[in-house]
Formats: sequence, structure tokens, C-alpha cells
Amino acid sequence: MVELLDVITVGLFTAALRMTTPIAFASLGGIFSERVGIINIGLEGMMLISAFAGVAATYFSGNPWLGVLAAVLVGGLLGLFHALLTVKFVGNQIVSGTGINIFALGFTAYMSQVLWGSRGASESVQGLEVVSIPLLKDIPIIGDIIGTHTPLVYLMLIITVLSYVVLFKTPIGLRIRAVGEHPAAADTAGIDVFKTKYLCVMVSGMLAGLGGAFLSLGHLSLFAWGMTGGRGFIAMAAMIFGNWMPFGAFGASFLFGFADALQMRLQALGLLPPQIILTIPYILTVAVLAGVVRKAIPPSNYKPYVKE
Amino acid sequence: MAEKTREQYLETKELLRRFFSRLELELRRILPQIIAILAAFLAGAIVLLLTGYSPIEAYGALMRGAFGDAFGVGQTFTQATPIIFTALAFLFAFKSGLFNIGAEGQLLVGGFAAALVGISFDGLPSFVHVPMALLAGALAGGLWGFIPAILKAKLGAHEVITTMMLSYVAFYVTGYLVNYPYKAPGWVSQTPPIAPSAELPRILQPTQLSASILIAVILVGLTHYTLQKTTFGYEVRAIGLNPAAAESGGISITRGMILALVISGAMAGLGGAGEVMGVHRRFIEGFSPGYGWDGLAVALVGGLNPVGVLLAAVLFGALRSGGMVMTRVTGVPLDIVSILQALVILFVAAPMLIRYLLKRGGFKWLSS
Repeated sequence: MVELLDVITVGLFTAALRMTTPIAFASLGGIFSERVGIINIGLEGMMLISAFAGVAATYFSGNPWLGVLAAVLVGGLLGLFHALLTVKFVGNQIVSGTGINIFALGFTAYMSQVLWGSRGASESVQGLEVVSIPLLKDIPIIGDIIGTHTPLVYLMLIITVLSYVVLFKTPIGLRIRAVGEHPAAADTAGIDVFKTKYLCVMVSGMLAGLGGAFLSLGHLSLFAWGMTGGRGFIAMAAMIFGNWMPFGAFGASFLFGFADALQMRLQALGLLPPQIILTIPYILTVAVLAGVVRKAIPPSNYKPYVKE
Repeated sequence: MAEKTREQYLETKELLRRFFSRLELELRRILPQIIAILAAFLAGAIVLLLTGYSPIEAYGALMRGAFGDAFGVGQTFTQATPIIFTALAFLFAFKSGLFNIGAEGQLLVGGFAAALVGISFDGLPSFVHVPMALLAGALAGGLWGFIPAILKAKLGAHEVITTMMLSYVAFYVTGYLVNYPYKAPGWVSQTPPIAPSAELPRILQPTQLSASILIAVILVGLTHYTLQKTTFGYEVRAIGLNPAAAESGGISITRGMILALVISGAMAGLGGAGEVMGVHRRFIEGFSPGYGWDGLAVALVGGLNPVGVLLAAVLFGALRSGGMVMTRVTGVPLDIVSILQALVILFVAAPMLIRYLLKRGGFKWLSS
């Protein structure tokens, strides 16, 4: 028991914030998509391909920031694809997203073998350097937790705030929410419903892309098979738990990020077999979903919008 | 006499006409699926070309591996078997409006439960031991379906997320069991072999094709019958089509959804049991290369109808068995199979995309 308590350290919270980052990015991505009435179950796959693209671009250019750029672009492209399939061609949103997820797993494993001759993992690449925020890092405890991270962690915090402002404090946000809640009315009011949907699902993919880039470039500095490990789905749960609100989603993501960090610590301790510890984030996700829903009312009308 | 011949001639002509118009109708109905498959192979060919492989060589080796000789055909059907189970699992839940994307996990727990019964008893007669192990597989899979089902029906937890999460849990829990308490001595993460009395017979030596495929085919018939001819099947479909209308018509949505997802999980679990009892004769960690996902693709390509599932499962079984040969002969990574599978799903997801492509490609007459 003493050993278990020893796990709860400042370092654990630092790790928790780190592991929150990919989930929160994807979760914010989920919000942008669902706010315009498109379920993005493909977040998982978008993250995975972006994680791969980030490492591949870094591998060839030597610059991890170009990797991040590639990840965001690829994420946006996949978002556009999902939007095309579900908005223009009125395809089933879940089927399209699942297709993207399976594609991601197969494509990254395939390309990993083509590029590096290994299905399991890529070669190591130059990862993103950590930065320390002056002053902030000197505050006791808090400074240890949030003072020194890769820039993507700070970007995630900024985008969380930005998402809230854009969605709820600007005319653009009003339009986005109108498209999701009542597309016909939005159309009558002169809002381009389709364009809004395309843009938001692309943003969704780009945010998932940032999450993927964090996993591969900000965390491990390599690509590993299936490295997202269901975080796209966990991000969706965080989005629901957070009631489709950016701060809520961030808070829920932190819960899952904490579970992830705890899981890693417990593994390092070796008290329990790793397989048992690895189930923690997934069981927590199911438990959270079971605990919050009924109260969680989706903000959108998910029916495909067909112009009269 | 001439009169009679003429009559016969006209009759035959009429029969043929009807046959061909029926054929045309059927073909038109499955056309989107066929085009989706072709489009996926075409897109896959582009991936192969861009990565420096010859699509003709790769697909050629795949086809020869899958259908080139009796052994290949046997292996194709061996690979198709678990896919039939998982496809039926996806289909059954889907008919009630639920997306069970956790068939992979249900298959794993079902397989493990069957292995457990297989190794725990000795000296039982086969006609007792085999059904016991199969039942254990179905029960375990059903339980794995029951959890998301009750969470969905009582609390509204989204089954897409919960079934997926439980798949991870199943993967790790069976991984734990096969690495610790039930690990056979040696390097490989596997259980000891099941008792011979729990084995499903191999029906096409030397291939691994086992009697599990017979169970799969029976299950296809049962699924079709249940959905089309029973009150329960009608209720399930009514819930899937319009839950509100079904409820006001006196159907219990809660009960229907729970049962549908439990049956769905049980079918996937039975598929896992079939693999363990017929093919591997023990539980080996990672024995499923993704049969759960194959099932999803097959259910969709099969037009969400049990008989279509049977045909599509053979195609995907061929991809798996031929894929291994392709990898051995040409060095193309096996994951191209997953890429093809995903592309098929994406093309099937949006029939309107296919219609659009056909129109653009000048095949207007096909797209009506």
C-alpha cells in the first residue's frame, strides 16, 4: 500500500497533463464535428495516420515541426474525406468513420514496412524539444506540473480556450451551432450549411492530427503500430462527459490522461501484470460513459441535411 | 405437332426472359457492392504501384493462393469461417439499430472460454464436451455483448464507444490469462492443448477447415429465419427501422436491444470457440488477425443480409488466405489486405459516391 501511495507524486500530474494532450486535442476535434451534426468516430484513425505522417515527414526532412505540419494537413484531408462521404454523398457516419479507422491501422502498418521494413515501429526521429515557461516554471508544484513541456501541450491549452471563444463568443460559433442544431433554419438565415460542415469536420481532423503528432513526435519520437490505442474513442467519451463543451472536454480528457499516466506508473512498479493495468483507461471510459449519460444530450441534429 | 413445338418454344423463351430480367434485377441490386469491391482493388493497386510493387503480380499471387489449388480453397474457407460468425454478429446488432464494433473482443473471450472448458475436463464423451465448449464460447461472447447492451438500454451509453473499449479489455484480459494462470510451458503465449474430446473435427485434411464452418452455415440460416420469420426478428427489425414507432406499437426497445446485442456477442463468441476448437486446438495469443473487423466489412458488403454475408465472407477469407501467399511470394506487406478491406467499407458506406463516380466515368446507364 505504501508503494501505491508513492505513485501519487508531482511527476504523476506532469505525466497526466502530457497524456491529456492527445486526448484533449481529439476531443476538441470531436466537438467541432459534432457541433455541426457529424459524428466523427474516425478520430482514432485520423490520429493514427497523422502520427505516422508526422514521423514520416520528420524522417525525411529532419525537422519535427514540418512533421507536425504534415500531421495537421493529413488530418485535415481525412476530415475533408469524412465530410465528403457523409455530407455530399450522405453516407453513414459510423460506417465511414470505422472505415477510416481500419484504413489507418492497415495503411500505417503497410507504410511502416515499406519505409522502415518493420511493422512494429519506425526508426527513431528527432522529436519536439521541451520548452520551459519563464516565471511559471518557478512556482512550486504548479511550475513542476505545467512549467516544462513540449510546445504542443501549451498549444492544446490555448486551443481549448480558443475553441470556447470561437464556438460561444463569436458570430462564427453561432453559425456553427446553428448548422448543427437546425440546419434548415440556418440555411434560411443565409448560412452556407454545407461549407460550414466541411470546414468544421476538417478542423476536427486537423485537431485529431495535432493529437497524433503529439503522440509520435512529442511523446515517443517514433511511430509504433496502433500507437493511438483507442485514444480517439476515449476522446469521444471525454467529449460526451464534457457535454460537448471545450472546457468540459478538457477536464474529462485530464481524467483519462491521469488514468493513462497512472497506468504507466503502475506498470513501472510491476506490482500487477501489465495486461491488467493496461485495462484501466478502457474500463474507466466505460464507467464514465455509463455514469454520465442520460444527462448528456447531444447538441446537434445528426440527420444528413438535404437541401429542399 | 408443330403447334406443340411452337408452344414449347414460346414457353422456354418466356422462362428465359423472366430468368434474365430477374438476374438483371439481382445484379443491379448488388451492383454497388461489386463496384465497391472493384474500386477498392483499383485504389489498392494505386497504393501498390506507388510503393513499388506490381499490382498484377500481387493480386495474381493472392488469387492463386486463394483459389489456385484444393489446399488454397480449403484455407480460404477456413479463413472465411470466423468471418461469417463476426459478420452475422455485426448484422444482427445492426438490424436493431446498434453498431457492435466490438466483435473482435467478443470473439476473443468466446475463444478463451471454449479453451478453458476444453482443457478443464478430461474423459468426457465428445458429444458432451464439444457442445459444452461451444456453449461456453457463446455465453462468454454473449456476456461481452450484454455489458454494452445494458449500458445502452438503461443508461444510454453509446455502444460504438463501449463495445470498442471492451474489445481492448478483452484483448488484455485474455492476454493476461494466457500469459499467467493458463500459460502452457514454453515461449509461446498459449494455453495447453484442449482435450481431444473437445476438438471439432477437421473436414478437409490437410487444410485446417473444421466443422466450425458447418455451424457457421447453420447460423446463417438461423439468422435469416429469425429475422424474417419470427416475431422476435420482426421486433428487432422494427426497433432498427424506427424505435419510436416500434415502442408505440408495443415493442419493448430495451428488451429488444439487449437481446440483439447479447445474441450478436454470442455469435462472435461462438466464432472464437470454433477457431480454438477446430483450427488451433488451444488459445493462442493474437490468433485473430482482425476477424472482428473483417466481419464488419463482410456484413456491409453482403448487403446486410445473411446469404450475402456467406458470399462476401468467402471473398474476405480469400483475401486472408491468399494474402499470406502473396506476402510470401511477392513480399508485399500483408496489411494491404486491411487497406483493401477499409476501402471496400468506405465505398460501401456511400452508395451515392459510387453512383457519382459511375456518372463521371461515363457509365450513366449503370448508375440508374
